[in-house]
Amino acid sequence: MKIGVLALQGAFIEHEKKLIECGADIFEIRQRRDIEHSFDGMILPGGESTVMGKLLLELDLMQPIRERILNGMPVMGTCAGLILLAERIAEDNTVHLGTMGMTVRRNAYGRQLGSFHTAAQFEGIGRIPMTFIRAPYIESVTSAEALAEIDGRIVAARDRNQLALAFHPELDESAAVHEYFLNMQ
Amino acid sequence: MENSRYKLNKELAKMLKGGVIMDVTTPEQAKIAEAAGACAVMALERIPADIRAAGGVSRMSDPKMIKGIQNAVSIPVMAKCRIGHFAEAQILQAIEIDYIDESEVLSPADDKFHINKRKFDVPFVCGAKDLGEALRRINEGASMIRTKGEPGTGDIVQAVRHMRMMNSEIRKIQSMSEDELFNEAKVLQVPYELVQYVHENGRIPVVNFAAGGVATPADAALMMQLGAEGVFVGSGIFKSGNPEKRAAAIVKAVTNFNDAKMLAELSEDLGEAMVGINEDEISLLMAERGK
Repeated sequence: MKIGVLALQGAFIEHEKKLIECGADIFEIRQRRDIEHSFDGMILPGGESTVMGKLLLELDLMQPIRERILNGMPVMGTCAGLILLAERIAEDNTVHLGTMGMTVRRNAYGRQLGSFHTAAQFEGIGRIPMTFIRAPYIESVTSAEALAEIDGRIVAARDRNQLALAFHPELDESAAVHEYFLNMQ
Repeated sequence: MENSRYKLNKELAKMLKGGVIMDVTTPEQAKIAEAAGACAVMALERIPADIRAAGGVSRMSDPKMIKGIQNAVSIPVMAKCRIGHFAEAQILQAIEIDYIDESEVLSPADDKFHINKRKFDVPFVCGAKDLGEALRRINEGASMIRTKGEPGTGDIVQAVRHMRMMNSEIRKIQSMSEDELFNEAKVLQVPYELVQYVHENGRIPVVNFAAGGVATPADAALMMQLGAEGVFVGSGIFKSGNPEKRAAAIVKAVTNFNDAKMLAELSEDLGEAMVGINEDEISLLMAERGK
């Protein structure tokens, strides 16, 4: 199985390591020519969504990636990646890929002092560690379905072929979320 | 030291990787930097080139000015405190800064001790010109390292020297036997565990950025190819002819640092670069502050 990891900015290497651990083949997406072949899934990593959104547009990647997602390619977005997928961002008119039926709130837990680590139930996996870094959360879902909640706030959701997480499974020991994603194929 | 707060702070640095952190002095500049694709901004009253020109004692910025920048952008905001000035660091923590740069760009407040960064909840980035400095700062609690370079010069030579020095020392430690590692810890004045980490992993245990003298997309690509995980640009942007365009070009150069054809396009028509000073023309070497 061949997974493209968006490598414009952020913690993409951590995802690559997890995917390799799970037995997947990986390649990095840094420009248009990198996706002009066939592959099986994509990861949109954590980092800054403003940076990635801008580079997706300027490197001519936004449209081809959106098309692949709309055509059913499995995609997992973590933190900034979740913001890229959201059809709406609270108090912000920006829409990046906008393929996933949910409204998200950026920096929802405040600045770095609000970052935290916890463990919670993830539908279909069980209890897993969760690391939140200047994290967003999902305020509401339309077509997406909630998979995990913390204090009544949605932190993971799935919309058919799309999986979005407010936390960083690539930073913790468990590879369960990456395995879940690879099984979405 | 590996408590959960320190781990979270190292992890924020991981989110900045592959990005450009830009020096800004006003909310307007911060917005320009964010729109150009900065992954974080460094809020300071005067950029290093002006600090160098003005001379005198340089201190932490006015918290009001920093708050103005925090309110202007959604990306992480960093600010500098003087080396050893833990009270300035406490103030920056009180206004919930995302990262503190204990920086040689400002006048050192303590000529012997750095801040005990383990006592803080907010993360610290520190400059280093070799592996010993980097590991000593990490031992004190820094969760991110950058080369010192020579701030405010627009001259990349020192950043290159510092990055190459670190790489070469890392390679040396990788090839050492266990017996030699104990002595190396003594030589570098750091705990054995940090040296052992470098030996096993071939890298320092925190994210390592390039800083000091980056002025062009080519400078940024050079530092990335030498192993930097991201780039700080200080005076290079807002001291140039067309800050928006240059900032955006440097951001793209950091993402596609291995694509010479794209770098050629990005380097076109950027207007005037900052003037720059060569190392033999300056009297104050900021990199010599804090070892």
